[in-house]
Amino acid sequence: MTKAKNPKARVATVWLDGCSGCHMSLLDIDERIILLEEKIDLVYSPLVDAKDFPENVDVTLVEGSISSVEDLHKIKLIRKNTRVLIALGDCAVTGNIPSMRTVFPLSEVMDRVYDENADINKQLPTKIVPALLERVMPLHEVVDVDVFIPGCPPSADNIFLAVSELLEGRVPNLTQTTRFGA
Amino acid sequence: MPTIIIDPVTRIEGHSKITIRLDDEGQVQDARFHVTQVRGFEKLCEGRPFTEMPALMARICGICPTSHLLASSKACDDIMAVRIPETAEKLRRIMNLAQITQSHALSFFYLSSPDFLLGMDADPEERNIMGMVRKYPQMARDGIKLRQFGQRVLEMLGGKRVHPGWIVPGGVSHPLQAAQRDAILAEIPEAIRITRAALQWFKGQIENFRAEVRSFANFPSMFLAMANDTNEFSAYNGWLRFIDANLNIVADHITGTDYLNYIGESCNDDSYLKSTYYKPFGLKDGVYRVGPLARLNMCQNAGTPQADEELAEFRELERHSVLSSFYYHYARLIEILFSVERMQTLLHDPEILGQNVRAHATPNQYEGVGILEAPRGTLIHHYRIDQNGLIESANMIIATGHNNLAINHGVLQVARQFIKGKKLEQGMLNRVEAVVRAFDPCLSCSTHAAGMMPLDIQLLDADGSMVDRLLR
Ligand code: SF4
Repeated sequence: MTKAKNPKARVATVWLDGCSGCHMSLLDIDERIILLEEKIDLVYSPLVDAKDFPENVDVTLVEGSISSVEDLHKIKLIRKNTRVLIALGDCAVTGNIPSMRTVFPLSEVMDRVYDENADINKQLPTKIVPALLERVMPLHEVVDVDVFIPGCPPSADNIFLAVSELLEGRVPNLTQTTRFGA
Repeated sequence: MPTIIIDPVTRIEGHSKITIRLDDEGQVQDARFHVTQVRGFEKLCEGRPFTEMPALMARICGICPTSHLLASSKACDDIMAVRIPETAEKLRRIMNLAQITQSHALSFFYLSSPDFLLGMDADPEERNIMGMVRKYPQMARDGIKLRQFGQRVLEMLGGKRVHPGWIVPGGVSHPLQAAQRDAILAEIPEAIRITRAALQWFKGQIENFRAEVRSFANFPSMFLAMANDTNEFSAYNGWLRFIDANLNIVADHITGTDYLNYIGESCNDDSYLKSTYYKPFGLKDGVYRVGPLARLNMCQNAGTPQADEELAEFRELERHSVLSSFYYHYARLIEILFSVERMQTLLHDPEILGQNVRAHATPNQYEGVGILEAPRGTLIHHYRIDQNGLIESANMIIATGHNNLAINHGVLQVARQFIKGKKLEQGMLNRVEAVVRAFDPCLSCSTHAAGMMPLDIQLLDADGSMVDRLLR
């Protein structure tokens, strides 16, 4: 394995209960991904063959809200191992659409999917799969969040701006360029 | 019984695990694909106005939001009982083709080509898009460019790349401008060049993947896709048709709520993803596949010159239908070529700048179904409303659900081919994951899932003690 002279920033991206649209918007930086390659090590992401969530991560971008016991476990581990934690997109920032299921009791949600909308073998999956939480939560309800990037999804330019600023050691100011939903 | 757990399957869209059970001699007994999260869109939309559905349902998936916008809007058109203006239909078709282009480019270049370029046995740390940028910068750049092309078409028409609000019940929200049309047309030659180069390159690689071709869910099954009168490739308009492995028609002209008579859904106790099956044959014999492979097996012609040439060559792979799921990758590239060529034709049509792009109506029916070919296969949105236009119930059937039985079949077939004895190797397990990648499953779509559990592969003995362990 080759190591650069200036150690690259260790960056991770994670997706919890989101639609992957925030990750797509991240990829929408297009060729700028080649610029980033020079500055960062993507140490953890759905795009790379995953390792354990590593220790000592400089920046982690988290898409999605917290909906299952597994999400809950992951976000705590991520917080522990990350210096700057970014809530990426409305689902991570507010709960957004995933949290809409919270108005119904969980049992009704499951019945709709695995009973009413099924033909045979009607049953709730319980083996191997993690249990869902009764209530969907945004990240900051469980852990401290350092930077919020609203948007559904946030634009590629804003994501690139935020990451670039952090790599330069500055706290990004996104108040003028982001809004919820857009 | 010893069990291997691969958790998570990486470089796919969503979170899943694979378990492989071995007997005491180390022979594979069984293998299962598990999807580990569910989001409840079929419930959370209840009580919302039906006109809100396209924008809401787009949030099922950020990779193919446009497919959900389109299927959802078609269901709403059905509820309003309108025929949308011709220009609007053409614009929606362009959106669908752009969606297919960008999603296939993501699957091929970002997710799967590291396996082809760097090898199934390559260092897991290098086997990704960043590794490609370092080792094969031109190919990486091309892949980025091609996906960007598809995304830019979505942006120029829909105003936004991910979750464009432009597709609405009754049509689209505003007409296309000549300047945007010209900007897209200008980028088409480069998109065609990249696609042709990738096709050339991939065809040259097939020889090196004989074992994968043989074992990647290579089995006779039925196929489901959209069909039409001309028997040309169809992704937006038409009806559903099932064919068997010999290309005989099994069921045809399935429209609207008819799908309920042909497609059944079965729950699994160990996965949040249900399995669909061809109802008249039952769960065991009703296995079918959807997506690029199904569509190319289904149509007689693509309908555009360059894609037709490629399709003719593709058909020579096998006598009847092409059965190996490894060829999903190949089919995806041909579909990109078709999509770009077809977009060009549609954009040259003077009607594309027409000003009448939206039909207005209040609900005229209590039920509506929208069917579409999404990048990964047949997508069905089915809504029922009350007299106030609020959603009473919704059912969505999504490509990865259709393919669930076939994916499970493939995982078992690959495990049997590559896993021998009690010593685990990265390469053999990566192949088990690669068969899943060939289907390009979208688990955010099918249920939604996450991707960050450590990949800790353990081989346990019958008494639960660890025989071998791989961490990455
Ligand atoms: S914020 Fe929007 S784009 Fe991002 S994950 Fe949530 S629904 Fe998807």
